[in-house]
Amino acid sequence: MSERRNGEVLLSVDKISLAFGGVRALEGVSFDVLEGEIRAIIGPNGAGKSSMLNVINGFYHPQEGSITFKGKTRKQMRPHFVASSGVARTFQNIALFKGMSTLDNIMTGRNTKMKRGILWQALHYGPARNEEIENRGHVEKVIDFLEIQSIRKTPVGRLPYGMQKRVELGRALAAEPELLLLDEPMAGMNVEEKEDMCRFVLDVNEEFGTTIALIEHDMGVVMDISDRVVVLDYGKKIADGTPDEVRANQDVVDAYLGVAHD
Amino acid sequence: MSGEALFFLEVVISGLMAGVMYALVALGFVLIFKASGVLNFAQGVLALFAALALYDFIAPGGWVDDLFGFTFPIWAGIILTVGVMIIVAWLIERLVLQHLVQQEPIILFMSTIGLAYILEGVGDMLFGSDVKPLDIGIPQGASDWLLDNYGLYVEKLEVFAALTAAILVIVLAVFFQKTRIGRALRAVADDHQAALSVGVSLRTIWVIVWSVAGMVALVAGIMWGSKSGIQFSLSLIALKALPVLILGGFTSVPGAIIGGLIIGVGEKVAEVYLGPYVGGAIENWFAYVLALVFLFFRPQGLFGERIIERV
Ligand SMILES: Nc1ncnc2c1ncn2[C@@H]1O[C@H](COP(=O)(O)OP(=O)(O)OP(=O)(O)O)[C@@H](O)[C@H]1O
Ligand SMILES: [Mg+2]
Repeated sequence: MSERRNGEVLLSVDKISLAFGGVRALEGVSFDVLEGEIRAIIGPNGAGKSSMLNVINGFYHPQEGSITFKGKTRKQMRPHFVASSGVARTFQNIALFKGMSTLDNIMTGRNTKMKRGILWQALHYGPARNEEIENRGHVEKVIDFLEIQSIRKTPVGRLPYGMQKRVELGRALAAEPELLLLDEPMAGMNVEEKEDMCRFVLDVNEEFGTTIALIEHDMGVVMDISDRVVVLDYGKKIADGTPDEVRANQDVVDAYLGVAHD
Repeated sequence: MSGEALFFLEVVISGLMAGVMYALVALGFVLIFKASGVLNFAQGVLALFAALALYDFIAPGGWVDDLFGFTFPIWAGIILTVGVMIIVAWLIERLVLQHLVQQEPIILFMSTIGLAYILEGVGDMLFGSDVKPLDIGIPQGASDWLLDNYGLYVEKLEVFAALTAAILVIVLAVFFQKTRIGRALRAVADDHQAALSVGVSLRTIWVIVWSVAGMVALVAGIMWGSKSGIQFSLSLIALKALPVLILGGFTSVPGAIIGGLIIGVGEKVAEVYLGPYVGGAIENWFAYVLALVFLFFRPQGLFGERIIERV
């Protein structure tokens, strides 16, 4: 697929370095994400892909570099601030609220959209109640979109893996994010589930214009759905470009074939 | 009803009332443990502290009376005390939790032991350590109606305490199930990272949870204070809450309540019927023995999630 859009820069990371003790997870990584595009981050295991997402949404604080989101540059992000400025995410190892129903899980995605104070809520009355009903309506739309009406009331801990992944996507979508970060949304799925998930990702991007940055190991999927790809290996960026450019890049081929590093 | 059965019923009821107290304290434990993984040793002291604060707002001879020569009406005193408990929660988050977020559970637990001593010390310093009668106008004495019609002796105060506790639990349940903040609380209890990712502020949630635990402590403190006066031993019911938690499971709200009631009833019945054979004072150790038995057969408690260590 060729470049479809040419939006403004929504997010850019600049010379990000992150180390855990002696482990250097990221070293001077820079790239940007344009408004409206699907941006893939790929690389072998341990390359630093998840760490990159964690830096973007503020779970990890990089030792060096900066992050620019919607024109504002910061040294580090804070998770709850990032969420309220329009970034939602899913996790590599599903992180749902296991004891809660599908509906409640997705409702938590509306957290940043609901403003009524604790006093109203304690009384469960008036404005807080109306707000609850309004947001519930929005969540129902997400549920319809992801075709999960049948599991609305099921505690998510009981759902099969593929469905959990879908609910997690639902929770992220409920926040109506401008930027959606997906950490291996199709990992561990069978072919059919993968196809569904691909379709949802493309639909979200096309229908709602949501910008998406996703990590994925399945090369077929990556080449199919992404506009641009950044490749990490051992914490460094080794390539950045369209799927075709990246596929043709010798460093990338070497990294994936496990050619020895010097 | 025969005299024998009647007597048994009275024993059970008075056990239930003690159980309500245990349940309230255990409830505070569970709320905090679920939301922040902290085993809060200070929960009992929190009840003592709340009762003392209330006393000083409303009682003649209390702090406010000494300093300004007037006392607050009871309703205002209760609102002010709730305010104090929120401030205490906020201070605890600011001064303690925030700095220990990434630490091991045992360190957090130790910090709450320290906290218990600090609260006790501050309470002692500010409010003095003599026994203070707390009177907020809860009806006292036996319920005449029950006595006249059924020959049953039940303290009005105890009925009042049970009803208040029941209402408190229902209000909390609705709050947790039906509101955004309630959902956020459950979310934090379930998965910190995921909660952060949907924009929940952990710090705000902790302040809220500790405030709610403070209010539950206030209710417990009022009940206990009205019954036996406000005294240091109030902080010791925290020790009784531990067996309650082992019975009910550390993460279960219904568990805390039912566990509290079982222990309250169990120890009273044991005291009355077994006491004479073993020389009495069963009430002092019954709860712990029951907890020990539970640890052997059902370590996760009645309602707790099965504990599976990851290897
Ligand atoms: N919280 C952490 N503490 C210590 N080391 C970490 C932490 N998170 C990541 N690392 C290390 O940083 C490096 C990069 O890990 P990361 O999870 O970002 O890789 P990844 O590209 O997502 O790999 P995968 O494809 O296996 O998910 C690894 O060496 C990992 O062990
Ligand atoms: Mg990863």
